Amino acid sequence: MTNQPLLEVRDLQTVFELDEGTVKAVDGVSFDVYPGRVLGIVGESGCGKSVTIKSVLRLIEEPGRIANGAIRFRSKILGNSSAEMVDLVQLPAKSAQLRALRGNEIALIPQEPMAAFSPVHTIGNQLMEVIQLHQPVSNEEAKKIAVNRLKEVGVPNPEGAMDRYSWELSGGLRQRAMIGMALTCDPLLLIADEPTTAIDVTTQAQVLSLLRKLQQEHQTSIIFITHDLGVIAQLADDVVVMYLGKVMESGPVDQIFHNPQHPYTRALLRSIPTVHTKNRSRLPTISGSIPHPFQKRSGCPFVARCQEALPQQKCANQAPVLKAINEHQSVSCFLHQGGGNVS
Amino acid sequence: MSVESTQSKLTANTPMPPERLLDVKQLKKYFPIRKGFFKSVVGQVRSVDGVTFHLNQGETLGLVGESGCGKTTTSRCLLRAINPTSGEIRYRQADGQLVDVTKLASDELRPLRREMQMIFQDPFASLNPRMNLLDLVGEPLLVNGVANRKERSDRVADLLRLVGLRPEYMRRFPHAFSGGQRQRIVIARALALNPRLVVADEPVSALDVSVQAQVLNLLLDLQEQLKLTYLFVAHDLSVVRHISDRVAVMYVGRIVEMSPTDELFLAPKHPYTAALLSAVPVADPRIRSKMQPLEGDVPSPSNPPSGCHFHPRCPFATELCRQQAPDLEEVQPNHFVACHRQAELSLLGVSEPT
Amino acid sequence: MTSQTTLSSEARENVKDEAFDVAPNWKLVWWRFKKHRLALVSAFVLFGIILIALFPDFFSIQDPNKSSARESFMPPQGISFFHDGSFQVHVKPLKGKRNPTTLKMEWGVDKKRILPLRFFTSGYEYEVFGLFKTDLHLFGIEKPSARNSFHLLGTDRLGRDQWSRLMHGTRVSLSIGLVAVGLSIFLGILLGGISGYYGGWPDLVIQRLIEILQSLPPIPIWMALTAALPRDWTVEQTYFAITLILSLLGWTTLGREVRGRFLSLREEDFVMAAKLSGCSQSRIIFRHMLPTFTSHIIATSTLAIPVMIINETFLSFLGLGLRPPAISWGVLLQEAQNLQSIALAPWLLLPGLAVIFTVLALNILGDGLRDAADPYS
Repeated sequence: MTNQPLLEVRDLQTVFELDEGTVKAVDGVSFDVYPGRVLGIVGESGCGKSVTIKSVLRLIEEPGRIANGAIRFRSKILGNSSAEMVDLVQLPAKSAQLRALRGNEIALIPQEPMAAFSPVHTIGNQLMEVIQLHQPVSNEEAKKIAVNRLKEVGVPNPEGAMDRYSWELSGGLRQRAMIGMALTCDPLLLIADEPTTAIDVTTQAQVLSLLRKLQQEHQTSIIFITHDLGVIAQLADDVVVMYLGKVMESGPVDQIFHNPQHPYTRALLRSIPTVHTKNRSRLPTISGSIPHPFQKRSGCPFVARCQEALPQQKCANQAPVLKAINEHQSVSCFLHQGGGNVS
Repeated sequence: MSVESTQSKLTANTPMPPERLLDVKQLKKYFPIRKGFFKSVVGQVRSVDGVTFHLNQGETLGLVGESGCGKTTTSRCLLRAINPTSGEIRYRQADGQLVDVTKLASDELRPLRREMQMIFQDPFASLNPRMNLLDLVGEPLLVNGVANRKERSDRVADLLRLVGLRPEYMRRFPHAFSGGQRQRIVIARALALNPRLVVADEPVSALDVSVQAQVLNLLLDLQEQLKLTYLFVAHDLSVVRHISDRVAVMYVGRIVEMSPTDELFLAPKHPYTAALLSAVPVADPRIRSKMQPLEGDVPSPSNPPSGCHFHPRCPFATELCRQQAPDLEEVQPNHFVACHRQAELSLLGVSEPT
Repeated sequence: MTSQTTLSSEARENVKDEAFDVAPNWKLVWWRFKKHRLALVSAFVLFGIILIALFPDFFSIQDPNKSSARESFMPPQGISFFHDGSFQVHVKPLKGKRNPTTLKMEWGVDKKRILPLRFFTSGYEYEVFGLFKTDLHLFGIEKPSARNSFHLLGTDRLGRDQWSRLMHGTRVSLSIGLVAVGLSIFLGILLGGISGYYGGWPDLVIQRLIEILQSLPPIPIWMALTAALPRDWTVEQTYFAITLILSLLGWTTLGREVRGRFLSLREEDFVMAAKLSGCSQSRIIFRHMLPTFTSHIIATSTLAIPVMIINETFLSFLGLGLRPPAISWGVLLQEAQNLQSIALAPWLLLPGLAVIFTVLALNILGDGLRDAADPYS
């Protein structure tokens, strides 16, 4: 990780102003994405992982807005030199620069490919459209590129698939075609929003191994969002653990899984059943449930469920900030801030 | 011919081993595909296509498979939530009498429904949002003759306590609760009539990871406390491993393997089971699976492949597999496999943690 | 505005803590509906209109059927508030003069006198729901006579007071709308429910029936049916026949909607759960399925009432619906049918405004209800 990050998110805050009150869906999130590495963002419902990537893509719509923070991206199109980073938050919404960035340098693989493809155009048409939108090529060439992409993502009989409609394909093939479409312009950053949640486990394995293969071949950076710790362990290089809009812990995948420092990460890892769990044993649980986002709270968002909370209500009254505890790993917890290292 | 031979073995009068609660034989559910103005039947979706298994009293049988394999349809047939096309579901009632659930008229089902209950996947959809907890959990009591309001609310309070909710919540409506709490309400309602068999259809897959363990532990506790028998339907193998005594794996309407849990996970005998196990992402970055993922997609139950339904994706398929469907056979005590080549294959299961 | 919104959101926060958790569905609907200001205003307007429909005589100033040849085509009289610098609510009397060349009556204000307006005054005697007799009216002038007359919205060809006729027309038009929609709802829920809950051949028959009914062009059918009503029927008989015709043709949309709801609800987990708990079919239908879409039915029917009102107005306007001496908005507008009377007495079009206001209010209310109907979304 000696090289410079491709994407720097600093203190990002995205709020939604609803009738019921203001919801800080993302509350001071910071992380880096390095070239050629996979960043996994893991968290449960309401943790703000989807809003985070929507903010990065600048797809937040009313009543939501980015209230604070910076999203710096090392763009080849927009930057003057390779050292300069463009703050996406500063770009006007719906600007031509943002549009050029999305699709060309940052591409999205959505959760539900069925909704992302138009049902009235063939897969081939849509692929060619995207190619020609970003590259000045003839129909012939665009078609050739599209077929190659489909071949690359492992769609059997790619020429035939070009003339099919998205609803004629199976879930797995549709997701492959979607990945093919996201890759058409060789993006620098690929954002995958729970791309395997809607599909079966054997198909998920296919998609994951395809993503890993493509990532290695193209050296693309990936932000991968999921609630499944297994998927994260299999795919990610670096991990960001989120809870209620805040980063609890971030670091290299091996550290997160084998040397977790935040009580939430530790509890989460203990509480998930795995195929290795001893049969009919009781799992250690995290008590309570995720608080409602409308609830106003001070202090650490996890405090009500934390078994290691400090005495004298410190965790409940004061919010810890994300701090590096070593070269790679950062934790947002008082146990590691002045309280000495607990491991 | 294979079907005939199996059927001849099980006439309705064969005695059921005493430890058995439920015996399912050759259960089938076909959904007709209708087309055109006159809605004529043009085909069949063989959602459940000859499923045979049993449930022992007090155990948990995990029923796993990918979407469209027929596991949910199977579970709903057991409760006659949908009517099976054919087959036999013999159930031992609390009084020891054997009944064939498939043969009962709909008005005869009522006493049986006290003994069999269901927990649904989505706790947001399975609770009527217009009823408070007292009415929701108390409804089974009310319609089964507990007319006294005081008696009912006492029982509801007990049930809420049993599932770890505060009885003071009785006047609240479901919208006041989180997913995990709602699933507890669903469980309380299912337990209201002291059932003996509980069919749990993916009870934790809609819940957050940090809440799943709570509900799983609750289910295990309740089973010990109340001597319940579970049919646990799930697609998540980790959850199934955790909770089941035995596991049955379904693929396109058929059971391909059924055995005690550890045996199935450590030494699977059907290539599909092995593939399924290897496809589960392990939550450990140091064990990154090297296995080639299974090719192709799950076939549609309206047009399944010939012979063994798994043969187009099976790396070990032979001509025989293409032509003839294998029977589900007991190859070791309590280990059933439907594969022509099970004896020759040695397949990898999950590696035990070190 | 901003301070109000924050206030209300704080209120919601507090509500969330205690009342929200134990709030039944109708309360959630009400909380949401309250936020829809325009719909709330419409609800008040409609409340007023319904009051008028219930007690038209109380709001009238003159017997709606009383005609007077000498008072035909009198223009509306405005209400003034000040007289000689002091506050006094009054109207100015009109004085007619026949133009000797055209022989047309020309009405001018008699500036010499004023007619003080009284509230809760006594006027003509009427019966309230056949229970008791009274002569109490909301407002009017003292001792009306040919010389001292008060017609807020003017008079028609026969010299009848249009305001009073409008009040009585409100009763008829609104009640036709309500009754016709009520009947439609009954038919729609019954047939749609059977169709959706039982499926099979009843579904097939009812669906084909709906398709046939919907494929009939409505205007010629209404015209044919109403034209077929015997001429010698009494006003009441025609009234009920019209209502029946409107609802027999109007239930199909609601029927389809109810069927769709039942079809989708049948697959819902909570319906399945009720079935597995041992609930009877009637309990499943009336306790679990119907309540989940009553609010939608209310919203849909609120939106259907204006259509019925328009239909009635339209039929009566063509002379195919209600006929004089019945009074409805359509009958009133019939008076304004020819160019001559519009040129001569443009105020005869005023009942059209009543139709527009009522229909708008109902539509806005219906929209608000529909938005509030699903508090769980």
